[in-house]
Amino acid sequence: MDSTSIGWFSLPLAILGGAIRVSTPFIFVSIGELITEKSGRINLGLEGTLMLGAMAGYAISYLSGSPWLGVLSAGLAGMAFGLLHGLLCSVKRVNDTAIGISLIVLGTGLAFFLGKPLIEPKAPPLPSIGLGFWSTVPQVRAALDVNALFFVGIALAFAVYLFLNRTGWGLMLRTVGDSEDAARALGFPVLRVRIIATMAGGFLAGIGGSFLSLSYPGSWSEGLSSGQGIMAVALVIFARWRSVNALGASLLFGGAGALGPALQGIGVTGYYYLFNAAPYILTLAIMVASTSRAAPFADAPGELKLHR
Amino acid sequence: MTAPQVELRNMTKRFGANLALNNVSLLIRSGTVHALLGENGAGKSTLVKCLVGFYHPDEGHIQVDGREHRLNSPKDADALGIGMVYQHFTLVPSMTVAQNLVVSGARLPAYINWQSELRRLAEVTKKLPFHVPLDVRVSQLSAGEKQKAEIVKQLYLGRKLLILDEPTSVLTPAEADEVLGHVRSLTRTGVLSAILISHKFHEVRRFADDVTVLRRGASVRTGAVADLTDDALAEAMIGEPVSKIVQHAPKSPPRSDIILSISDLRVNGDNGLPAVKDLSLEVRAGEIVGIAGVSGNGQLELVEALMGQRDRSGTMTVSGSPFNGTRREIARLGVYGLPQEPLKNACIDRMSLAENLALRNFDRVPLCRGIAMNYGALAQQAERLVAQFRVKAPSLTASMSTLSGGNVQRAVLARELTQDVRLLVASNPTFGLDFVACEETYRRILEARNRGTAVLLISEDLDELLGLVDRVLVMSAGRIVHEVSAEGADKRVIGKYMAGMKAA
Repeated sequence: MDSTSIGWFSLPLAILGGAIRVSTPFIFVSIGELITEKSGRINLGLEGTLMLGAMAGYAISYLSGSPWLGVLSAGLAGMAFGLLHGLLCSVKRVNDTAIGISLIVLGTGLAFFLGKPLIEPKAPPLPSIGLGFWSTVPQVRAALDVNALFFVGIALAFAVYLFLNRTGWGLMLRTVGDSEDAARALGFPVLRVRIIATMAGGFLAGIGGSFLSLSYPGSWSEGLSSGQGIMAVALVIFARWRSVNALGASLLFGGAGALGPALQGIGVTGYYYLFNAAPYILTLAIMVASTSRAAPFADAPGELKLHR
Repeated sequence: MTAPQVELRNMTKRFGANLALNNVSLLIRSGTVHALLGENGAGKSTLVKCLVGFYHPDEGHIQVDGREHRLNSPKDADALGIGMVYQHFTLVPSMTVAQNLVVSGARLPAYINWQSELRRLAEVTKKLPFHVPLDVRVSQLSAGEKQKAEIVKQLYLGRKLLILDEPTSVLTPAEADEVLGHVRSLTRTGVLSAILISHKFHEVRRFADDVTVLRRGASVRTGAVADLTDDALAEAMIGEPVSKIVQHAPKSPPRSDIILSISDLRVNGDNGLPAVKDLSLEVRAGEIVGIAGVSGNGQLELVEALMGQRDRSGTMTVSGSPFNGTRREIARLGVYGLPQEPLKNACIDRMSLAENLALRNFDRVPLCRGIAMNYGALAQQAERLVAQFRVKAPSLTASMSTLSGGNVQRAVLARELTQDVRLLVASNPTFGLDFVACEETYRRILEARNRGTAVLLISEDLDELLGLVDRVLVMSAGRIVHEVSAEGADKRVIGKYMAGMKAA
């Protein structure tokens, strides 16, 4: 089969491939934020965590030669940042929103500063699995060249579902996030649960960041993130705090993010910026649609105080 | 017989300079319901929290079945089988009853197979006299079902001494009877002993065996309920002989002028669904019309629509003029209100007492001339009102949040009732207030009525309502389903309508 003979079919293919690729960091960051929010805290600092994770992952992968070690250290860096957020927000009268935003600035700043020497060198990237081996068409092969982390993300979504619904600790987490009164009456360590949940969220966000530097786009630079950490908060609301929904929502956002490059691939060069704005427009549209007066946030964990 | 006998001796607790418990001793006999009566701040909650291990008493002994125990934490109380059913529910709203039972168990299981767990829970709860649906989310249960679920949770956890803190404040008379009846039969059959915190004499009389009255941290009366009259109990609670302050006195028949007229009112709730449906009613000058109903049947939305806080369709006129809740209409037509939770709904808690007292007239002469505020006049008005209504506060400039509930209500009464009030909309005005503050509020409302004000009183406390109003309307599911004059009203019939019996 000739590469040109697939014609217009290359667009949905490119979107599919792009969706899988671009969604991977979203999966990790949104599920991480989901866990944190289930405990009753909103962590707005994930953007900074993500950048720090990206830099740490790239650095360790370059220094050690193993991309998976890089992923792990990205997670650990993210976890440390999550611990920072958790501890700071546990102090009385500290405003979660202010801490989150300052952590974005701190994380991004640290990442840029420490990552200066990493802009030139090339670190070993994460391996990908070629699911398109059955086709001779290069576009199909390219689209179905799926990164290993994507599969980890799918497994993660189901694992978190099981954790939240089928384990004792998951029930405890949900209690802490839904009703602090009930959690205290049951003797649950509310602060500890929230700090650990925020650390877990940071760990996953760090891993999401490592994908950006080790797979796609695959190099360290200061323009690496396109706001995934911030969009993840909208994503969690869209997914109604359910991890499997978050998987689907991430794919949707990934597809929106892949729209621009995919259209360029088939030669549509007009409205370049408009198509690249697709994920942000989607975020905005979702936030507007979700905040109807009629049924606001019925599934939100009670302690987030999102409903009246 | 597994019901324990619990004896508290010489319980004393201090919070800084405040002596919350002063040498309190009482005995809960095995298999009985022991009522704890007292005003707000008398020490009932403190005493009970010592018993469940939240507080450590500075002095005192707790004996269970003759053996002395030290309760250092709620876990120790758990181990002794002492459990408490709180006033605000401690169930997790987004989880089902079954999930709540599992999460409150002594040990949190690592992995839960819900199919087998549900079967096991159904087995265990089948043996209990209560039945609550196991796989319904708590947020979707009615208040009565939530209360029953709380009690089921305590029984499931094997508690032997159950402490009930004002359990029936959110229930219909029928539900209250059912719940307390079950508790009583459980004590009679020796399954448990119970402590009932209540301020309703009739509940104490019908369901308790013994009673202890606390006042300012000390136990002033204790004994069998049968030996004490209501007056004796009231006197013990407030410390002075009680004369029935509230007289359902012969009143002049209501004048014929209709002050408030509502027709076909339709109001939507927060979730977009109609909360008030085609409601019509009239209130005349010099008349008190009461709306009875269980919380959550549209009363809150009705009051918010009346006060202009919520959109509505339908017509509402006061003295013939359409009323939309604008400030000018309020001043001209004399519509004022006593909302529930006054600190939240009628005051600005961060502003001072003097400023709050001026909220109705700060933009009128003499407090304001043009754009210039006259703070001297504002302070003078505050002084006058505070003296007249006996509001106790640290100072006139103290922030509203430092006042006690009763004094916040006195301040609101002072502000609202000294205006030219033609229509008064009172919504659960005595919720959470102590005995004395309640009586004062009733007196002021009756005085207003005697001066010719039309009063619309919405209350979830049926006894309070029947003691004050001329006409009772029952509201259920957003509609008025029953109307009867207060004399000769049958509580049981009203209770049935409150619980959802359809209008005849």
